[in-house]
Amino acid sequence: MNIVVAIKHIPSIADDLPVSGNNVDFDSVDFVLNEFDEQSIEQAVLVKEAVGGTVTVVGVDLIEELDNILHLAIAKGADKAVKVTADEPGADSHMQAKWLSEAIKGLSPDIVFAGVQASNDLDGQIGPMIAAHLDMPYIGGVSSVEVADGTATVNKEFAGGVGAKYSVSLPMVVGVQAAAKPPRYAPISKVRQVAQTATIDTVEPSGDASSGLTFKKMAPPVATGHAEMIDGSPKEVAAKIVELLKSKGLA
Amino acid sequence: MSNDILVITEHMDGKFSDVSFELVGKAKELASALGGQAVAVVVGGGVDANVFASDATIHIDDAALGQFNPEAYGKVIEALVKEKSPRLVMFGWTATGMDLAAWLSAKLGVPCAAYVKEIGSDLMMGCQAYGGKLMAEVAPEGDMAIAACLAGSFPAEAGQGSTAATATASPVDLGSLKVKFVEAIKPEGGDVDITSQTKLVSVGRGIGGKENIELAEELAQALDAALSCSRPVVDAGWLPRTRQVGKSGLKVKPKMYLMLGISGAPEHLEGMKSAELIIAVNTDKKAPIFNVAHYGATADLFEVAEAMLELL
Ligand SMILES: Cc1cc2nc3c(=O)[nH]c(=O)nc-3n(C[C@H](O)[C@H](O)[C@H](O)COP(=O)(O)OP(=O)(O)OC[C@H]3O[C@@H](n4cnc5c(N)ncnc54)[C@H](O)[C@@H]3O)c2cc1C
Repeated sequence: MNIVVAIKHIPSIADDLPVSGNNVDFDSVDFVLNEFDEQSIEQAVLVKEAVGGTVTVVGVDLIEELDNILHLAIAKGADKAVKVTADEPGADSHMQAKWLSEAIKGLSPDIVFAGVQASNDLDGQIGPMIAAHLDMPYIGGVSSVEVADGTATVNKEFAGGVGAKYSVSLPMVVGVQAAAKPPRYAPISKVRQVAQTATIDTVEPSGDASSGLTFKKMAPPVATGHAEMIDGSPKEVAAKIVELLKSKGLA
Repeated sequence: MSNDILVITEHMDGKFSDVSFELVGKAKELASALGGQAVAVVVGGGVDANVFASDATIHIDDAALGQFNPEAYGKVIEALVKEKSPRLVMFGWTATGMDLAAWLSAKLGVPCAAYVKEIGSDLMMGCQAYGGKLMAEVAPEGDMAIAACLAGSFPAEAGQGSTAATATASPVDLGSLKVKFVEAIKPEGGDVDITSQTKLVSVGRGIGGKENIELAEELAQALDAALSCSRPVVDAGWLPRTRQVGKSGLKVKPKMYLMLGISGAPEHLEGMKSAELIIAVNTDKKAPIFNVAHYGATADLFEVAEAMLELL
């Protein structure tokens, strides 16, 4: 089985997101792996462990810092890593999906995994776009995948525990919401070892695509309201919350 | 090309989701400004589609479309969009819409905006990106665009009506699909029903690990509340799926929603923003939840929880 995982390196939303012009100031933010890609790497490795094959992780190197992420993926069980050297921090999902599709084509995948969404998917997610480019079916919101005899059985979530099971004749693209098991931890020592021994294949971006969106403005949301802030030490905060709840008959 | 607006509606077990009505309502407003028609599109087998206030409703009625199937729905919608050449195609940024909008965009080479919260009559769109930390205003190029809109962005009432739907056969052959619907998955039962609680203490990724759930549980008990959580807490295996609040979890409307270490991503807000009293404790003073909560504190959840326990 050729198992491919397409990942996205994205600005971290844990910190402030400074804006420059009409977009994020990509030079002054930290880039991290999209959180749903962690799930999708785990799901890919689970499939490999169940049925055999190789897992190849492919991502666009936007800021020349993708190696760490790829090493981590290998430490977690991926076999190979490929980076598309774009050096274009603001590349949108359409561009990345096109480049990734071109890189993935040559790998003759049986199944492609992608995170269900990324927080900067302003023009949609790469998973369904890769499916469109490779002419494969796509199912997103997936929380478990089993493969047997050229068919994948996937569970898709709707909401509140309601979902649907589908069987799909491979190849397909899966948008992973959550892996069937929580992502495994890779010890730092292992990641270091991988960093010294693993080779990352490099490919040039190929193909043209664009979101067709012009960014007119980017700014923190104009809050229609803001919480009344409770100041003070944690003890004082706790006391004020308890008081508030008591005053409303809630404690 | 036309100035029509197609709304791809969504339904389950014969019932349309709120977002379908929200989009139809918005489409009517946009269509009248653009001089086109708001057309509700119902892809499904044997549903009662006469429920929208649209200018027209097209019901693609085929037994193979009775259950959501992204491949079948995608093919049908692609054919319909090619035939109608609308100005705008609207989807919900939902479990089903998220399978289709970006796919259609890449397939047809038409711009797509996601996380859409606002649409102007010039089709400028406001998108709530980066976990709710930034709003982007984007303008789509060309004669056709796709908007994947967040649930709860527009009023639903404006889309409710009784326009008689025109049923048509599928424009594409649905005989040889690669994707087959196998069965519906029902929620696990047997746990606390968080939707019926008057008080919830809700923990997010800030709780840090399974070993800390006990503290939150203790606080919940002291407040006579139940414990709920955000999605990452469930995905990490710290609490069961039955406790998850949000877009892919449950919608709750308690009298008290005390949030510990939840950032306030749009997907979480979808499940709790109409709670009567929302109190958020978060170490990040810029956490988006403070734009939604009634009361907030920039503080460490563990210190606050422990101090509250001493007082209760
Ligand atoms: C299709 C789809 C459906 C989804 N459905 C849901 C859903 O139903 N429900 C849901 O919740 N999410 C859902 N999500 C996920 C959602 O996008 C966010 O990832 C999620 O809501 C984030 O959860 P969080 O706030 O707990 O974590 P984070 O965003 O990581 O926030 C953690 C917060 O904790 C704070 N913190 C850390 N340490 C402390 C401390 N010691 N004291 C106080 N604060 C602290 C941080 O400042 C931060 O704000 C969905 C995503 C997708 C793509």
